[in-house]
Amino acid sequence: MDGAGIIKGMIETARNFAGSYHDEARLTTVQYPEEKLAPVENARTIPFLVYDGAEALPGLRCTACMICEKECPPQCIYIVKDTVKKPDFVGKMQMQPKVFDIDISVCMSCGICVEVCPFDAIKMDQVFELSTGDRFGGLLLNKTQLAKPNDYFNKLHKTEAAEIDLRRVEEKQKAEAAAAAKAAAPAKPPMAPPPAP
Amino acid sequence: METLEQLKTRIVAAAPGAQVEIIPNGSPANQPSLLLDRDHARAVAQFLRDDSALAFDYASNATGVDWPEKIIKEKIKVKKTVDGVEKEVEEMCERKTPAYLEAVYHLYSMRLKHGPLIVRLRTENRTDRVSLPSLTPVWRSCEFQEREIFDLYGIVFEGHPDLRRILMWPEFTDFPMRKDYVEADDYEYEPTPHDDILAKAKKHFPAGAPV
Amino acid sequence: MATASPTELAASAPPSQIMEVAMGPQHPSTHGVFRMDVSLDGETVVKLKPVFGYLHRNHEKIAEKCSYLGSIPYTDRLDYICSLTNNWAYAMTVEKLAGLVPPERAEYIRVILSELTRLINHSALAGFLLQDMGALGTPLMYAFREREKILDLFESLTGARMMCNYMRFGGCRCDLPPGWIEQVRRLVSDFPKFLDEFEALLTGNEILQARTEGVGVLPAPLAVNAGVTGPMLRASGVNYDIRKVDQYGVYGRFQFRVPLGERGDVFDRYMIRILEMRESLKILEQALRDIPGGPIMDPKAKLRNLRPKAGEAYGRIEGPKGELGFYLISDGGPNPYRYRVRPPSLINLTVLEDMCLGQTIADVVVILGSIDIVLGEVDR
Repeated sequence: MDGAGIIKGMIETARNFAGSYHDEARLTTVQYPEEKLAPVENARTIPFLVYDGAEALPGLRCTACMICEKECPPQCIYIVKDTVKKPDFVGKMQMQPKVFDIDISVCMSCGICVEVCPFDAIKMDQVFELSTGDRFGGLLLNKTQLAKPNDYFNKLHKTEAAEIDLRRVEEKQKAEAAAAAKAAAPAKPPMAPPPAP
Repeated sequence: METLEQLKTRIVAAAPGAQVEIIPNGSPANQPSLLLDRDHARAVAQFLRDDSALAFDYASNATGVDWPEKIIKEKIKVKKTVDGVEKEVEEMCERKTPAYLEAVYHLYSMRLKHGPLIVRLRTENRTDRVSLPSLTPVWRSCEFQEREIFDLYGIVFEGHPDLRRILMWPEFTDFPMRKDYVEADDYEYEPTPHDDILAKAKKHFPAGAPV
Repeated sequence: MATASPTELAASAPPSQIMEVAMGPQHPSTHGVFRMDVSLDGETVVKLKPVFGYLHRNHEKIAEKCSYLGSIPYTDRLDYICSLTNNWAYAMTVEKLAGLVPPERAEYIRVILSELTRLINHSALAGFLLQDMGALGTPLMYAFREREKILDLFESLTGARMMCNYMRFGGCRCDLPPGWIEQVRRLVSDFPKFLDEFEALLTGNEILQARTEGVGVLPAPLAVNAGVTGPMLRASGVNYDIRKVDQYGVYGRFQFRVPLGERGDVFDRYMIRILEMRESLKILEQALRDIPGGPIMDPKAKLRNLRPKAGEAYGRIEGPKGELGFYLISDGGPNPYRYRVRPPSLINLTVLEDMCLGQTIADVVVILGSIDIVLGEVDR
């Protein structure tokens, strides 16, 4: 019959229309911003710097090794090393960044900076409501704006943060054990004077 | 598919006068290529397409490569007379590699499902003698790709039905993919947030640091 | 409608009657910033010249400045609808250049993601083709409802819905999170229901048939000579699917058929894509059944500072749009010496003029929609 195809199509449309009133699968609209979808663990938008402890700048894990700046494809990270060193979580003195700026209008959320960082200092954040009225400078985030506590990192990426915390606890215990062994070693006897020529 | 040596003998037999050279490939990919001379390239291409054992009816990729002149310093043993005695002395010699533009074609066969066969054509130099025969009359898929090579490298293809710029606008001069391309700085410029930000970030840098 | 040569058509109409229309870069149906200079005699197309370059970002020159790793996010943005297949083609070429071999689990993951990408591309295409024909969003939204489920899967694995940046040289970036395989299995078992619904909505529809049958015929010899690949080539009856010819990755282990068309018109191209979606589901079932455990990266692979030996390599895959190839020349340094993308959408556009001559201007939009172009790939 001519027109049978169109009528069959209309039946499908009617089924979708009627179904959207009672079937979850047929009504997929999320009424943003009143409703928001739950964030996914792996999602990535812009980077942030992790710090341990209560204070941002002394607890910052970053040691200004410049690897993320070098590997960033659009070159949106600007780092300047500081001359003053600070101790890291094991107690060893490390460099720190004086300036750590990320231009998030250039950042393309690739996550390569996170992959190459050897100190777990920079991780991907999940905020996307970043629009600002300030065209010049509003999208250049500096060290203080980028620093977020380790608890925030644990909330966002549970499994990854748990692994990293476990590893850091182990490393700290190993370093403390090594320091204790060194301190407890018996003092060496004074050296005998050299024989007279 | 037969080996490149067998192919070379057959090509020279089919298109007399053609000079074919086998260029090896250093990587583990094991894809050596054939270098053809400019005068017989079209005849060889037609043989490759029409021969029943080869049947390369599909030119998958046509691309340009820029090889600018390189100066290689080598130590060469030279016989020289030193204090009346003939000795072999090592001297530093400079050798210039030739500068040319190259067009590389990757050929496959859809009928016999083999490939790739890689064919190269080189121009004489990078400045004024930059023309190559176009393979578009043989494989129509080269039409847009040769236009792109003309647009971005400057190789003029003789026999191309419609050779004009494809990606850049028609009034553009210069060839962007060449190694010595210098970006023009007189384009329509509007200060963007990134420039202001870049200027601000530069204030943090010590003087003379690379950007 | 007979297709005569442009000169014949142009000669048959007096020059004062020919109207030149620029179906310009801002157009709802040109799939991106793409311009066609169409010369019309009444409503019949007499000449058609495609003009592009509006999205040219010179990706090939950027890649010469980035390292090999740094180019991977840029390959996502070539064919921005199917980012994972672009990543795979590039990773495969660098693996050929550097002599790296990915482990089995990584190859299976790559196949699963690539077939999921084929599903999202073909459903988006079917939706957009119908939208161009005037169905104003209904099939598009049904197709996008399924697409959203697959994009959510990508987000839970790679972190981003579209710009996935997931393949690495020698394997994959991270392993599958727990529960991911079950979610894919559930999707694969639900997808045929959607396809049946979609076909019931569209394939028997008389308007669709009248607008697409006999329109934009591409004869097979022209398709082969013009380098057309992908579903467009198979719709003209040429049996050439790189998954069967090269058997790259682990495709040699899967049983699937290659649908071929008979007439090479727009309806064949639409049906081929629907049938390919069904074959992709078969491949997915087999891959999900057989995926082994194990590492996902080649132990010899380095993340930073990869310096392959001097040489060149050409690697290609059967992307959803056609043959996507990468040609890399290395000179031993950390950056490639020459980096070339062989874009399927650009080469498939070679025959746009031949298919549109003699058709009406309303058909031009439908034919362009059936070629399936993405401007990010055409212009790079």
